Amino acid sequence: MERKTKIDAAEGKHDLVITREFDLPVDLLFRAYVEPEIVEKWMSTRVIKLDNRRHGGFEFETSDPRGNVVFRANGTIHDLVTNERIIRTFEMENTGFPVQLEFLDFKSRDNEKSKLTMQIVYRTPEDRDNMLRLPFAAGISMAHDRLQEVAAKLR
Amino acid sequence: MNLRRDVFQAIADPTRRAILLLLATQAMTAGAIAANFDTARPTVSKHLQVLTECELLSAHQNGREIYYHLNAKKMRDLEEFLEPFRRLWDERFNKLEAVMKEFGSKK
Repeated sequence: MERKTKIDAAEGKHDLVITREFDLPVDLLFRAYVEPEIVEKWMSTRVIKLDNRRHGGFEFETSDPRGNVVFRANGTIHDLVTNERIIRTFEMENTGFPVQLEFLDFKSRDNEKSKLTMQIVYRTPEDRDNMLRLPFAAGISMAHDRLQEVAAKLR
Repeated sequence: MNLRRDVFQAIADPTRRAILLLLATQAMTAGAIAANFDTARPTVSKHLQVLTECELLSAHQNGREIYYHLNAKKMRDLEEFLEPFRRLWDERFNKLEAVMKEFGSKK
């Protein structure tokens, strides 16, 4: 299968680049980043604040089914040009990971296709590699949650 | 986890990356490897030691010579290291695409 999402992470560097081609016009892709109801759907998180403007900011919060907050993230929007780019910071709260800088470039391929290039800059190469490693651990805990869900239904 | 970090430190060095490339197609002795570099022989030996310690290379005695082999399994781990992170984003973006397609068709 063709890989639509690509990650470029050169060894020893403190940034990485994620690229993805979307089967969507660029304005729809951009709206997925700036409209709170839509962000909530695909990011599976609650949007507390999303102030889409230069020097604006955002706050996301995710709760478990019991309502306990399990994840909080926030950031400052440095620059935002509709259908072109977003430059923002991103910080996961209470994780020990330092804030990261994100450059999101939106490009129209033709009327029906678009491309997103996301460069993420971490404080150190070690921070980047730790972040890359995170899905291993998260994958285990997600599988565990699913197991619990299934088990709960059996009772 | 520390082992993984060591692997990444090991391949961050250009000489060590060149050594891995050299050994991709054949096993070689330390002398034959060193002959490919301008670096002093003890420096090359040090690089081989680092690569062996993090299991990217393995050393096998063949008569009086020690041959260095590439550890293909370890090299594959390295590629796979990025895969869960890539999949996480791929799934996230697939969801975005699906949500927006539905949204776009409703307009």
